[in-house]
This record gives sequence, structure tokens and C-alpha cells, in this order.
Amino acid sequence: MRYAMVIDTLKCVGCSDCVVACQTENNVPIGYCRDWITETVDGSYPNIELELKSERCNHCDNAPCVRCCPTGASHIIEGGIVLVTADECIGCGACIESCPYDARYQHPDGYVDKCTFCHHRLEKGQLPACVSVCPTKCMYFGDLDNPNSEVSQLLKNRKYKTLAPEAGTDPHVFYLI
Amino acid sequence: MTTSRRKFIKISALGLGGVAASTSALNMFGANTYLDKLVQENVAKNLKRTPTYCEICFWKCAGWTYSDDEGSIHKIIGNEDDPHCNGRLCPRGTGGVGMYTDDDRLKTPLIRTTVDGEETFKEATWDEALDLIASKFKEVKETHGPESFALIKHGAPGAHLEHLFKSYGSDTIAEPAYAQCRGPRETGFALTFGSWVGSPEPTDIRDTKCLVLIGSHIGENMHNSQVQEMSDAIDNGATIITVDPRFSTAASKSDFWLPIKPSTDIALMLAWMNVLIEEEIYDKKYIDKYANGFNELKEHVKQYTPEWAYGITTIKPEEIRKTARAMANAAPSVIVHPGRHVVWYGDDTQRSRAIAILNALLGSWGRRGGFYFKESLKLPKYPHPEFHEPEWGWKEIGAKYPLAQMGITTEVLKCAVPSNDNPYPVKALMVAGTNITKSIPDRKLLEEAINALDFMVVIDTMPMDVTGYADVVLPECTYLERYDGIRSATNREPSIAVRVPAVEPKYDSKPTWWIAKQIGDRLGLGEYFNYNDFKEVIDWQLKQIGSSLEEMEKIGVKNFPRKSGPLYLNEDETYHFPTLSGKIELFSHELKNLGFDPMPKYTKHPEPPVGYYRLNYGRAPMHTFSRTANNPNLNDLKSENDLWVNPRVARILGIKAGQKVWLKNQDEVVSDFSIKVRITERVRWDSVYMVHGFGHNNKKLSRAYGKGINDTQLISQVAVDPIMGGTGMRGNFVTILTENPHKNTEI
Repeated sequence: MRYAMVIDTLKCVGCSDCVVACQTENNVPIGYCRDWITETVDGSYPNIELELKSERCNHCDNAPCVRCCPTGASHIIEGGIVLVTADECIGCGACIESCPYDARYQHPDGYVDKCTFCHHRLEKGQLPACVSVCPTKCMYFGDLDNPNSEVSQLLKNRKYKTLAPEAGTDPHVFYLI
Repeated sequence: MTTSRRKFIKISALGLGGVAASTSALNMFGANTYLDKLVQENVAKNLKRTPTYCEICFWKCAGWTYSDDEGSIHKIIGNEDDPHCNGRLCPRGTGGVGMYTDDDRLKTPLIRTTVDGEETFKEATWDEALDLIASKFKEVKETHGPESFALIKHGAPGAHLEHLFKSYGSDTIAEPAYAQCRGPRETGFALTFGSWVGSPEPTDIRDTKCLVLIGSHIGENMHNSQVQEMSDAIDNGATIITVDPRFSTAASKSDFWLPIKPSTDIALMLAWMNVLIEEEIYDKKYIDKYANGFNELKEHVKQYTPEWAYGITTIKPEEIRKTARAMANAAPSVIVHPGRHVVWYGDDTQRSRAIAILNALLGSWGRRGGFYFKESLKLPKYPHPEFHEPEWGWKEIGAKYPLAQMGITTEVLKCAVPSNDNPYPVKALMVAGTNITKSIPDRKLLEEAINALDFMVVIDTMPMDVTGYADVVLPECTYLERYDGIRSATNREPSIAVRVPAVEPKYDSKPTWWIAKQIGDRLGLGEYFNYNDFKEVIDWQLKQIGSSLEEMEKIGVKNFPRKSGPLYLNEDETYHFPTLSGKIELFSHELKNLGFDPMPKYTKHPEPPVGYYRLNYGRAPMHTFSRTANNPNLNDLKSENDLWVNPRVARILGIKAGQKVWLKNQDEVVSDFSIKVRITERVRWDSVYMVHGFGHNNKKLSRAYGKGINDTQLISQVAVDPIMGGTGMRGNFVTILTENPHKNTEI
């Protein structure tokens, strides 16, 4: 089992529904977020390209945040999901600095928080909140170890990229381009 | 009453001030500091789900409100059976919970009063406020006639108030959704195909092979099922053609982006017609069978070659031909989208006619992948006595616009300005669910009208700017806390949805059905409100159609089989379009008889003077007009608008990204607030762009006050559509001020 998220940038309109759905699902306090939208514009009028995409923790196989965590609060569970155990976290912030995706934030209650791939929903057989709400259905979630899963098939048949590949983190959020 | 008494009340209401914004985010977690545990507790908690349909925009997606035993709302999730959302709400629907939790909500009725020479609001009981309103209704009726009490409304609460006004004897009713938004396209399509486009638009996007968007920015407007279907169309490999001076989100998804010079769209459409006809790639069979006036159209567009249009639109002739051929290749599975907010330059009915004619030439109306024949369920009316026929109303007020099919807000407001030759004096006004300082252009007219009124009531959930002008403000509870009329909208299949309160109304807020009934009862109109609770009306209506409130509370949405015939034209049978001739009218005798051009023509519109830029405005996906600007969840995503400026313009003016600037328009109207510059290649050098709905003037909106610029404030030039009265708003030009023009004045 290796969970992965695949996001189709050709369909994403950058509406931020994933951000609100995550906030209401996971009680993320207003002013903070576990996922966010980026917009990249290239070229000059009228030859322009625009890429919109939803970003979050990449649930890396080679996760710098886990390596640098002094207490073991940051850890990887089955399926490759990177989690933080709040009551083991001392809020030192080393992981925030180490993450090439800027995916972690200091929760006002003193610990570090980030995307969990909604593992509490996965346990109930539901998709992550962001995936389930996306109006453009540009987000896909599944098991990369299963060659027939939607995510495996998309990566097999479509052109894709990952973010900050130079960091060598082996990320598990993929972007169709 | 003097004009000064309607001074905009900017200060806090008596007894309401000083409520500090609580650290609600922290309190949500109580003593438990560990989020993981809390999330698990939440999951373990048995959340109750209650059906609703969304009131954050007009798309009215059905969903489920999840609340706990303590009566707090956790989340709202789309209803999977609902054709408006297919189980996926948009960011605003998902963030609807913020409308409920917003600490800045109106909490109690307010009545305007004067303390030590200063005008302010005092908190009032419902009885005080309703008695006062009822006495004004009686006074207006006795002194001027009931027609002089006008209603400007939007959304579900509007229906309850419309019922109240009609019971009382007034049909002086209007909503900005018509003459400030989609009116011209309804008239343009009705003139051509015999029916309104309506909402949701019957565009068969999921099965289309070619989608043409003209200034319509699907994806930035989150018209939910349409955004979903556009995504399906992308998956299916449909060709998307976007005509927009701005590189919109939709433009970035398009095969062809035509960066048109603003205000020249009709020239492009005439050239498209020219290519379709000259190259004989229009749908001949369809036109022969279903349309009238083809020969006149052919003769008319002969002169409008792509070369002619190039000089006007700046779109190269080859691009015009290529895109016309792409449409013809896909025909009849092609949609030249009617758009939604189409009041641009004053010839908007004619532009909508041009869009309709293009669809006719492509044979897309009534075809798979084009426009389907929509159907809705007619709900039986809850019995009440006949309404009295008013002596005048919206029709008479808008009579100089012969094809106006609904009330025109600006014309209703003009009737409030004292004048000797006005046969339709408006003396009192109720405003519900619409913030008219941001939804109606021409601030001068608005203020003149409001100043002259004897009485004004505003009903809203939030202290929107318009509440500052009211004599009485009534706090409405949000859609999550009330029943409303059954949603029965036009779709591929008829579909209904119910709205059931998930929690008790917060503070001292009330549903509008209750407000309408309370006023009605006080006016002796009780027989028009023959129920104790509006849910009795819903249940009665549902039982007439073989359902019940009990059933609908469990399912939220019910879909019904079609009864009006097939979704698309049956090619073997004759079909009578509901026009005067029974055919599609390419040449409109109706327009000709009224003295208008029977076929669309290109008219040159004013261009920005040197140093000025055309003010274009649009939508952001996480906001609905001005109503969501203060919603804590949605404000968190976008708290202010920014001014899109082309890098070349920025270089010439020496302005930097993120710099605060002010705007002044051609009539010397200066923006109340500043806006941050966003330098982007996505706009042309002759225009600037901002998202509509920001720059709130009411300090009681703690998150939204003073953030960004209100585009509507700068729209003082209004190009009125002579056919139906739409207020064209895209002909305003602004210059950029880098120094604060209000340094010495208080806003």
C-alpha cells in the first residue's frame, strides 16, 4: 500500500474549495491552512500560460521533516502517510524549516500541523476531504502499489511532474501537465 | 423628514459596540490542545445531517448540514443526488458555515434614532420594529397608495416578501439580478428562440465538442455544475474558445484564446456569421427547417468580413476563420455560451441576439452537446385569496423599455427622486438580501433616491453597507437556520430540494417567512399567511406532488422523470418554437416594429481617454458579489481585491507590485479606499481589472471594512439598453492615483 495524490493542472481552476473543505473537515483554525493554491503565469500578453494547482504535504518517502524531528513526533505510517503526533511535538519548528514544500505550520496550540491525507476518512473508506469536494474532479487519490488504480493508470498514461524534485524527497503528490 | 436624517450610520449601534472579536479559532478546541484527538472525537461524534440548499449564490446547490448535539455546525457537504452540485459544493458552499459563525452578524432589530444630535441605531425588540414597519405600510397606503412602497430583493427571502407586497397591493418590485445582470440575454434569446435562457443555463456542456465563452469566465464564476461539466468537456477533448480581453482561468484552459479589444464583441460575432454563411458551413438543414429570415441575415452580414472585424477587434482574420470553422466542425454539439452578467455596453440585448443567432446557424439549440430543453416541476401554489391588482407597478415604471420583462431597479429608484412629472412616486423602500450600494451602479442616483424616501427597511444577515441607510434593520437568520420555499429549478430532469433548519437561529435573528407573516398579520392580511410555520406550506406542496416533508428531510433532493418530451429536438417531427412565428427568428420583426435594429449591428463605444484605463471587473471563485467578503472562512481565502495592471502600464506609471493606489474615474469619482497593485501579463494595457464585491464601507464588517475597492462606486456612466433597460457598466475609465486623496478627510 502506497497512497498518492494525482492532481490534473489542466482541469484545476484554483477555486480553493480544497482549502475550505480541509478547514471544515479538520478544524484547521482560520488564518492557517494545510493545503493552498498556487498560480504561475508565464509569457507576455497575448502569449501567456497559466498554471493553477492545489498544494499540500507531499508525504515523501525520504521525508526531511521526519529525519530532523528530535522527538519522533513526525513519523510515517502505513501507506506512506507522514503524520505528527501532537502530544509528542514540542513545537521546535525544525520540520517547518526542513520542508521544501512549506507544508507545515505552527498550530496556535503549540504543535506543528499539516495535511494527513485525511487518514481518519481513509479508515472509513472515504476519500480525503479535498478530493471528495473538488468541483472540477481534478484530484485523484489511491494506491500506487496497485497498478490498476486510477492514480497508477494516470501516471502511466499522462505527462506529469513532481514539485522540487531536486530536493530528493521522493514526493507522493503528482501533477498532470 | 430631512435628508440629513439619512446620514449613513458608520458608528457602532448603541449597546452593540465593543464586542471584541473573540479568538474563536482557539475556543473551538476548548481545553484539549491536541488536534488529532479532537479530530477523532469529532469523527466519533454522531453528527446529524439536515438537508439544505445553498443561499450563498443563485445556483442553489443542495447539500447536507452536519451539526452536533450541542447545536454547532461542523461542515456542509453536497447532496450526491443533486444535479446542481453532484455531491460537490463549491468553496462558497463549503464555506457556508462561516455565514453562520460570523461574529459580525446582525443580532437584533435596529431602529434609527438621534442621540445628542448624532444619528445612530438603537437595539429594538421585534414587536417595536415590526409595529413601526406596519404603521409605515399603512401610512404609505393611506397617503399615496400601496404601489408607493417598493421592494428590491434577491434570493430565497425575496419570495416571502414578494408575497407580502402583492398581498398588500404593491407590485413595485425589482431585483438587480435582472437589469444589472442577466436581463439582456433573456430578452435576446426570447426574441430569437422564444424562451429565456434561465438558471441554471440549459447548456449541455458535458456532451459538447466545442464550448465558446464570450467574456464568460467559468471557473472564476463558480456556477457549480457548469464548472464541473467544463472539466468533463476538457477530459472529453472538447475544443474551448474563449473571447476575453483578460487571460481568464477559462482562457488558460482554451484551445483558442481571442484577446479581443474590449467593447468590440459584436464585430467578432458578425464576422463569425459571415464566415459560417460565406463558407456554407452553417447547419443548412436546421436553418431551412426551423428558422426565419436567413436571406436577410445573409445579406446583412455579407459586409462583415473577418478583415473588416480585424481592424475593430484586433483579432486576426485567420484566427476568426479558424475558430468559426472549429465551431462548424463540432456543430451541432457546440455552445456559444449566453454568459450571465451581460450588462456591458448598452447594446447588450443585441449582443445576446448575435450569440443566439450564432447558435442557430450552428444548429445547437435543442441538440445534444448544444442546448437541451430544460424542464422543471410546477409546484402547486399554497392556497390564498387573489391579489388585488395594483394601479401601477414595475411594468409601468419600466414602460419606456418595451421588452423589459422584470422590474428595473434603477428605474424604481428614479421614481423615489421627487419630480413634478413622475406619475409613480416611490415613498418607501424595503431592501432584502441585496447590498444595493454594490449591486446597483450610479451612486449619485442611489443616494438621491434614498435621501428622498420617507422610510426604508433593510433585511439582511449581515450589517452590509446598505443597512447604514435604513430606518429599520431586521436581522435575518442564515439559510442554515431556517425553512424556505422548495427549490424547483430547470434541469435536464425536474429536481426539487428542500431547506430545513439545522440549528436554532443564532442571536435574535428570524427567518424572512416569519417577518413577512408578522407584517402581514399586523396589516390585516392574515388570510394570505394561513399557517403558523412555513414548513406547513412546504409539507402541503410536497404532499400534492406525492412526497412529504418527512420524506424530503431524509433525502434532501428528489428527481422526477421528464414529462415535456425529449431532451433534444426530435428530427422526425415538426417543432414549434415559442416565438411569434413559431420559428427561430434570425430577423426579428418584433424588434423592427418597435423601431430597433432587426439584426445586430456593431456600434463603436467610447474608449478610455489618455491616462485612463477601462475598468473591467469580474468574479473570484471563493466569493459571491459583496455578500461573502466578511465570511471568516472565505475572507481567509481572499480578504481583498487587487488591481490587475499590465507590466507595461506599471512601468510607465512607475508603480510596483503590492503598492497601494487609489482610483479616480472619468466623472472625478474617487475610490473611498485603496487597492493593492498586482502586476500581471493577464490584462491588456488599455484596461485594469478587479474582482467585484470589496471595499466595504461599514465598520461593523470587521474583516471586510476598507479592504480593497468597490468597483460599483466607480461606475457612474451607465449605458442603458434601450430595449430592456439593462444598465451597461463596462464603459467607465479610471486613472491611478499614487497619493492618498483622502489624507485630510474621514471616510
